[in-house]
Amino acid sequence: MGGVAWAELGALMLRHLYLAGVPLLVGLAVSLPLGWLASRVRWLGPPLIAGTGLMYTIPSLALFILLPLVLGTQILDDANVLVAMTIYAVALLTRTVADGFTSVPGHVRQAATAMGYGELRRVVAVDLPLAVPVVAAGLRVAAVSNVSMVSVAALIGVSQLGSLFTDGFNRNAMGPIVVGVMASVVLALLLDATIALLARLLTPWLRRGVPA
Amino acid sequence: MIRFDSVTKTYDDGTTAVDELSLEIPGGRITVLVGPSGCGKTTSLRMINRMVEPTSGRILIDGEDVSDRPAAQLRRSIGYVIQQAGLFPHRTVLSNVMTVPRLLGWDRARARAAATEAIEKAGLTAQQAGRYPSQLSGGQQQRVGVARALASGPQIVLMDEPYSAVDPIVRAELQDELRRLQGELGITVVLVTHDIDEALSLGDMVAVMRYGGHLAQFATPAELLARPADDFVASFVGKDRGYRALGFADVAVSPRPERTVRLGEAVPAGSGWVLAVDDAGRPLGWADARSWGGPLTESRVRRFGTIARLGESARLLLDAALSSPSRRGVVVDEHGAVVGTVLADDVLDALDARST
Repeated sequence: MGGVAWAELGALMLRHLYLAGVPLLVGLAVSLPLGWLASRVRWLGPPLIAGTGLMYTIPSLALFILLPLVLGTQILDDANVLVAMTIYAVALLTRTVADGFTSVPGHVRQAATAMGYGELRRVVAVDLPLAVPVVAAGLRVAAVSNVSMVSVAALIGVSQLGSLFTDGFNRNAMGPIVVGVMASVVLALLLDATIALLARLLTPWLRRGVPA
Repeated sequence: MIRFDSVTKTYDDGTTAVDELSLEIPGGRITVLVGPSGCGKTTSLRMINRMVEPTSGRILIDGEDVSDRPAAQLRRSIGYVIQQAGLFPHRTVLSNVMTVPRLLGWDRARARAAATEAIEKAGLTAQQAGRYPSQLSGGQQQRVGVARALASGPQIVLMDEPYSAVDPIVRAELQDELRRLQGELGITVVLVTHDIDEALSLGDMVAVMRYGGHLAQFATPAELLARPADDFVASFVGKDRGYRALGFADVAVSPRPERTVRLGEAVPAGSGWVLAVDDAGRPLGWADARSWGGPLTESRVRRFGTIARLGESARLLLDAALSSPSRRGVVVDEHGAVVGTVLADDVLDALDARST
């Protein structure tokens, strides 16, 4: 298709999913405590959210090139891309997670504490499930952003769907570029739909009608 | 018994929410903390289960300082009903009510059995137990809140403005049930409200607090109405406190005999107002036979407002008389059967006789 073999396309898509998806999960895991801190510690919230948000403004190409110097990795190492994409995910998700925790009604949180929940147990059992809708919305944005941004890594030679763009550009062929764009869109949509579905499964209470 | 021993709470910004509060809340009773907003009533309540820590002073439950126990463990032993119920929206009613038993480490089956029993006690159905809170009305949610507070069988239940978000009819219903549950279980209830009517109708003891966290008076409702400690309490208790006090006045009024008529029986014209009853002698309503006569049909019967029970307060007897179209207030026995009627004058005479 478009001068690209199916097997090659499949391999590139898997690579792309790996390089965009794993940082998304790691980024979420890092953002959960950060966002929780931002929502709970009054003076820490604004600087923490502004600070992590600012990381999103670092140009990705610059980050891909700088990270080997910081991490001591080879320029072609996947780790550079994984770490960079994790930084972008954290930049987008910290605010979202903080918003999610803030969305938990105060009286629910207080009731939980009054029942005898310890802080950590309450966060896991009460706050977190209630924050799912807001966190999932942010996660969808971060997923699409990651799928789009990771293709830049082709410029430093890390293969994924972005490699089709550099390839098409070098050979002056439109085919691989169109295929690359389409595959990226499909991947983004798939990730987005998966997160939406998971969020739906995690929040059954939101879809029960109010009986008359 | 819960004892406040010179308890003071001062916040970081320098405001004193509670000032040198000393109070003995009796066990097995309903005690109401009432006062205007900013009087420290909620802060006082929350210091009992350490949601708020006092700046100085001690709070003792049955002689034990609450600060000697880990806060979470203490809270699991005390039921708590919050404003708006504070239910967990992501859990079903059953699972909400199972919260404290589970926190106490009971196994699932035991927690479920306790929760099911509490749900039933609070007047909810098994079908409602499977629902999410958002699927219930405000009154039903408040019932779940009560069930959740009772599930593990605590000796003490704290209630923070529990009925402020429900309409007056449902509120009256829930208040009645609280009284019933408290009586059945013999628990100690400490309830916070800004509504003096609620305080007077629910409390065995009422602590009136004033701005700045001072205790203005701690007394029974009848005592508060009869002998307010100062102008603040007098004005807070309200202008019509003479009438309200009737709610706590027992008067010796013997009902007058009243002729009753069953449906289908003939009523001679010119009999005046006649009292219709069912086969068990329970009142159905009044029929106007001043200018009409004949067999009594249901359409002739007018429903009436209040019915007083034997031995009820002067206020209810008076209300029964005043709300009756015949001006004769219907008095029933414990089975709901008509004993007789009272006139407003009978009640007033009895009150006069009592005070002389």
